[in-house]
Amino acid sequence: MAEPLLEVKDLRTEFKRGKKDWITAVNGVSFSVNAGEIVGLVGESGCGKSVTSMSVMRLHNKLSTRISGDIVFGGKHILELSEAEMQSIRGNEISMIFQEPMSALDPIMRIENQLIEAISLHNKELSKDELHKRCVSALKLVGIPEPEMTLRNYPHELSGGMCQRVMIAMAMSCEPKLLIADEPTTALDVTIQAQILALMEDIRNKRNTGILMITHDLGVVAETCSRVIVMYAGNIVEEAPVKELFSNPQHPYTQGLIESVPKLGRRVHRLPSIPGSVPDLAAMPSGCRFAPRCKYAQASCSEALPKLVKVAENHYAACPFHTNARKEA
Amino acid sequence: MAQATEPLLSVKNLSKRFPVGKNFFGKANKWVHAVNNVSFDIMPGETFSLVGESGCGKSTTSRLINRLITPDSGEIIFDGQDIAKISAKEMRPLRSKMQMVFQDPYGSLNPRMRVQDIIAEPLLVHTKMSPGERLKRVHELLEVVGLPPTHGERYPHEFSGGQRQRIGIARALSVNPKLIMADEPVSALDVSIQAQVLNLLRDVQEQYNLTYLFISHDLAVVEMISDRIGVMYLGTMMEVAPNEELYSNPQHPYTQALLSAVPIPDPTIEKKHVLIEGDLPSPTNIPSGCPFHTRCPHATEKCSAEVPPTIEVKPGHFVNCHYPGREL
Repeated sequence: MAEPLLEVKDLRTEFKRGKKDWITAVNGVSFSVNAGEIVGLVGESGCGKSVTSMSVMRLHNKLSTRISGDIVFGGKHILELSEAEMQSIRGNEISMIFQEPMSALDPIMRIENQLIEAISLHNKELSKDELHKRCVSALKLVGIPEPEMTLRNYPHELSGGMCQRVMIAMAMSCEPKLLIADEPTTALDVTIQAQILALMEDIRNKRNTGILMITHDLGVVAETCSRVIVMYAGNIVEEAPVKELFSNPQHPYTQGLIESVPKLGRRVHRLPSIPGSVPDLAAMPSGCRFAPRCKYAQASCSEALPKLVKVAENHYAACPFHTNARKEA
Repeated sequence: MAQATEPLLSVKNLSKRFPVGKNFFGKANKWVHAVNNVSFDIMPGETFSLVGESGCGKSTTSRLINRLITPDSGEIIFDGQDIAKISAKEMRPLRSKMQMVFQDPYGSLNPRMRVQDIIAEPLLVHTKMSPGERLKRVHELLEVVGLPPTHGERYPHEFSGGQRQRIGIARALSVNPKLIMADEPVSALDVSIQAQVLNLLRDVQEQYNLTYLFISHDLAVVEMISDRIGVMYLGTMMEVAPNEELYSNPQHPYTQALLSAVPIPDPTIEKKHVLIEGDLPSPTNIPSGCPFHTRCPHATEKCSAEVPPTIEVKPGHFVNCHYPGREL
């Protein structure tokens, strides 16, 4: 098998709090993304999924953040690069799209100038004409019907769905190998969400881009991703191919999460729910961080943080009492 | 439901437009038509949901009903009384019968008030209880919503999103309302917490025989909680039907498109998405005739010329469409 496009090894991201305190937002996370693959990174708010993606892009403030581990992208160790080298990767080889398309665009710049800014940063030799052509083709790629007109618009003249298309066009304008999409459809309506998700799959097929899809919506994951990573409180708790994860979830948290989502067509009077709430980053329980909310928790769970173990082909779970183990017992 | 013959709330031909932009003389020349001729009934003890995309007028409808804003035309008959045009003073005592639960659990609780004072505030306004009685009631309510009574001493910032939403529900329950209007009560919460709050809403409904007007954009949540559902688009009611009927037999092309767009959290189901083209038109410039005709695959000239009639396709299942029931 070919080298993965992105490989994250034992990533640990800590933030400074107060003068001496450090709190750990991402606690030793390892995963990889291959070219042409859509990988879902799911979890609830505060689980560290966005912090992980920002660490890959090295977008955290250096003074208040401590990052350790290794991030390998295209043979380069990202954490060891200089700021200038990083700048040539950002937007050029790894791009990112954000949740709020309206606020990610500059309200006082025409769409064309914003696109040109992104393209010319990495292609200084292009002439004005060539830049304009690149802008038009970027907007065509994302299915904007009248690119010439849209280029002259300001962001407030476009709808949320159109703004997200422009964001994707901008992210794709330098033909990156990896696209990090942080909740790309959360702020959009369902009919528009369906359009944007179809567009992202289309781009993946045309360009063979690897996509890291960060979301809390299991429906989005089930429909777009081929592999899923589930995070809880800064740790990966389960990783599996998408069908396997939904049909045979192994970690009690993944099970609870899948059960607690209301599903169309399955009418229930009460929803199964996970009791309690996500622990505070500054006061993490010892051992397994899910143990206080877990119905299968035993005394040994609070002793040591469980490691990811292989439970089936390509399927890993960080729980000694995963479903298969419980069945055997 | 015990012999529910009279609806608790009956909304008839409700309309509201807001002015935007002014001409030289300071008179409004453009209007946002937020709610257009909306009608529905809610029976005692049932959960009626309004669903639709952003800007469809579902929140404006709830604000009209509790008279935070005054409708331009139409009737709102609550508990046998038309409240569409009554004064704020006349409205005040009625507010104890209809309470709200809001979307944002962070914005809807005063950060400088203790939780027990937040929950007791409706009691202060609407009842003549002594401070001791109020505190006793607050402790009861905290227990009902699954929080320890001692937490009343704390301030909102000490609670998580889900716990705050429980506090919001306790506040709404404090004055024994008949109707609770919940505007996107779970959309700001994580899925595992969302399930807890939906279950709580179910429990207190059964315990106190409450009637809900539930507003949401999430079709799966609505399917779980509702008895009947109204689908709105650009200020217009497109379809009203009982829960099962709407999901198994949607008649309006917009309802069909909406249902088809929802991602299903089950990768084994190969779902064919019917993508509808284009974006929502601006509510300042609502298309003529049927507001959905600009995006509808079945649209004909008739759709852009005439406002579709309300057709009862089955008992209790109403649809506003010239050609109901066509497959997308």
